[in-house]
Amino acid sequence: MKRILKSTIAIIVLSMVMVACGPTTSKKGGSKGVLSGSQAERAYVAPGEHDEYYGFISGGFSGQLAVYGLPSGRLFRVIPVFSQDPEKGYGYSEETIPMLMTSHGFVPWGDSHHPDISQTNGELDGRWIFINENNTPRVARISLETFETEEIMEIPNSAGNHSSAFVTENSEYVVAGTRFGVPTPQKDIPISEYKSNFKGSLTFLKIDPENGLMNIAFQIRMPGFNFDLAHPGRGDSHGWFFFSSYNTEEASTLLEVNASQNDKDFIAAINWKKIEEYVAQGVGTMEPARYAHNVWDDHTHTATTTMEKEVLIINPEDVPGAIYFLPTPKSPHGCDVDPTGEYIIGSGKLAATITVHSFSKMLKAIEDKAFDGETYSIPIINYEAVNYGSLEQPGLGPLHTEFDTRGNGYTTFFISSEVVKWNIKDLVVIDRKPTFYSVGHLMIPGGNSRKPFDKYLVAMNKITKDRYLPTGPEACQSAQLYDISGEKMELLLDFPTIGEPHYAAGCPADLLASKSVKIFKLEDNTHPYATKSEADSKVVRKGNEVHIYMTMIRSHFSPDNIEGVKVGDKVFFHVTNLEQDFDVPHGISMLGANTSELLTMPGRTETFVWEPKEIGVWPFYCTDFCSALHQEMQGYVRVSPKGSKIPISYTIDEEVPGEDL
Amino acid sequence: MKNSRFAFFAFLILTIGLYSCGMEDSKSNQNSSNDDAMKSTEAPAKGQSAVVDNVSDANVLQVAKSLDDFSTLVVAIEAAGVEDAVVNTGPLTIFAPVNAAFDKLPEGTVAGLLKPENKSTLAFILTNHVAPANYPEKQLKKQAKKGRKLYMASGKYLVVENKDDGIYVGGTKVIKSVKVSNGWIHVIDNVLVPE
Repeated sequence: MKRILKSTIAIIVLSMVMVACGPTTSKKGGSKGVLSGSQAERAYVAPGEHDEYYGFISGGFSGQLAVYGLPSGRLFRVIPVFSQDPEKGYGYSEETIPMLMTSHGFVPWGDSHHPDISQTNGELDGRWIFINENNTPRVARISLETFETEEIMEIPNSAGNHSSAFVTENSEYVVAGTRFGVPTPQKDIPISEYKSNFKGSLTFLKIDPENGLMNIAFQIRMPGFNFDLAHPGRGDSHGWFFFSSYNTEEASTLLEVNASQNDKDFIAAINWKKIEEYVAQGVGTMEPARYAHNVWDDHTHTATTTMEKEVLIINPEDVPGAIYFLPTPKSPHGCDVDPTGEYIIGSGKLAATITVHSFSKMLKAIEDKAFDGETYSIPIINYEAVNYGSLEQPGLGPLHTEFDTRGNGYTTFFISSEVVKWNIKDLVVIDRKPTFYSVGHLMIPGGNSRKPFDKYLVAMNKITKDRYLPTGPEACQSAQLYDISGEKMELLLDFPTIGEPHYAAGCPADLLASKSVKIFKLEDNTHPYATKSEADSKVVRKGNEVHIYMTMIRSHFSPDNIEGVKVGDKVFFHVTNLEQDFDVPHGISMLGANTSELLTMPGRTETFVWEPKEIGVWPFYCTDFCSALHQEMQGYVRVSPKGSKIPISYTIDEEVPGEDL
Repeated sequence: MKNSRFAFFAFLILTIGLYSCGMEDSKSNQNSSNDDAMKSTEAPAKGQSAVVDNVSDANVLQVAKSLDDFSTLVVAIEAAGVEDAVVNTGPLTIFAPVNAAFDKLPEGTVAGLLKPENKSTLAFILTNHVAPANYPEKQLKKQAKKGRKLYMASGKYLVVENKDDGIYVGGTKVIKSVKVSNGWIHVIDNVLVPE
């Protein structure tokens, strides 16, 4: 004992000395490049210490959103959003299945792309994070208190919801622009009749400032261009939204060639405040539509699906003065607005330049009517009249720009695999650093706001090749962390990610950490099958349905012996976790059930269905290592033949729950 | 003697360490190394009992600390260094002696047990009050009815009895039962000294 104490003291003393010396040595090593110890120390978060930032990186084709700590790159949680997650029972439990309902029925998978954190006065407020789904067009809202998906809105008249889910600076709207032009509304016509028959919808979803609930306020029926990305105006340009587009050629085949013909495509500038005024005056046509609106409730612990039936359509010719096109070279992808709101950066994927448009010049051009004609009733502003300048030959394949507080932009270059730091006003390159390899988007926490937290930059790569130990043909996906606090960027860390790390949002940890929910109050649980005490646990037969009102607490289920279930029954396990203690979920799984486990948080009720097909005595058990007696947390259900006369009975420790001794 | 030599040695390392760092500091004009030095003088990371959580229901230790009648027990838990164990996810059933129970022990016993050299003895006595199990009052009655003993964290067994005036554990009466987040506290007025 004493010896242990002594060695402990010795270790403490020694580490004190080493830690005290550490930073001095590390700073000295700062100039030695990536291989010196300095980078490692700056990305190192000691055991028990917390990261400085949250990073929310979308999982691309995984359909989910992953939560990392920065600078450590440690993965904390994968939030299921658009795909089923058997680990958490999401999309499997009866309560969460409605979250994945669409007008096409239940869709178990999605392609999640662009997360964006809600804002107030142009700054991150940390209430919600929104994210779009590409394939079955949807926008989700995730609570940043529970880190759970609370709402999913399907987008009608859209296909490939790519230009989404970006929010305005007071979270008035989240937008959803379609990547495919499609017949709107859908109809059976030859694909060759694309031009003028196919349309591109830009959808504005109003966000309720109290509870975050979304509704589609209006949908602008744009020409059938392919809308790619978008960002809101801020400061003076608040009230406008900017959407990049490609395929202004309106091609429907071999787009890699046919959509690259025009020298310039467009950034669409939408004055949504003006459209709001038009809508208030009755402009627009309510058209029939069919789209799912799925809402989670943290009191019933259940999601509901409502099929919405109509949507307000705005045609550009009905809203003069609200929509303009800004010519932008070569299929612009990134469409990014700097923290001041003055500069709109277009990154033409194939362009040899980065295009910087000026918001104030745009207003002047509109006033002066400096237009080069119009297309589909939308004025095209003269390029020179709106353009602030270009950054010439910055790299190959510019994609996405985020910003610091010092007037600089940081742009990713896919083809030349690098991040380039450049000064916006001066249009000069300051620094460039390679990425490994083929970087797509990048993220600076708050980079899409008036107030970036410009210490770190995360680059998300599309190709990994040899950066990690090989794992067969599928290489791990990867992000890279750079320190951008100095004049030159420094690569600190590679870290693997889930799915495809497509796009990200980040914020300071203290914006979220203190309000993170620990438990759900049992007294607030209004689930119709909630069982709030062990004495109330029971089993009820209703025809061939058997409803088990089950409770879980360390370390048993109640009831845990059930008889009278028959082959052909539909057995509902309605399981309530009675714990009121942080980080004590219980799980449950049933042998023979054709579904996932449940992983039930304290105070919550969840349901899975089991349709027994064979007679016998079948076990269930707790799947989450809940306690010292977790292994003992188990039970049996006896299944008798169809037509058996054995009545329902249920016990725990040979007693009926709730009966006095 | 050995201890004092060790302490001197530790002091020496510390002085040397700080001194050499100081030199570096003045040379490189660091401002962060001082903060780190401060940080490193903190005690090693505490266990689960240091977790701050004002939302969950209170655990065994939090409930005991909130009641004056358990002040001796709390002191003993801390002296024995078992505070992390009693906040563990458990489940735990604790037979918690009130202050008066400790007063019943021969004079000087408590003071003696609280001495650092008796830490392991004290821990052994305390673990004789903890069952790694979930025993609400009803379950205790059932244990008695079925003649099942309680297996305690000390490795010893306690007998449970149903008597006319209540439940008895290890020969002492359960006065009151309190549900806590990680199990149950049953209040008793005798210390269950292991045999």
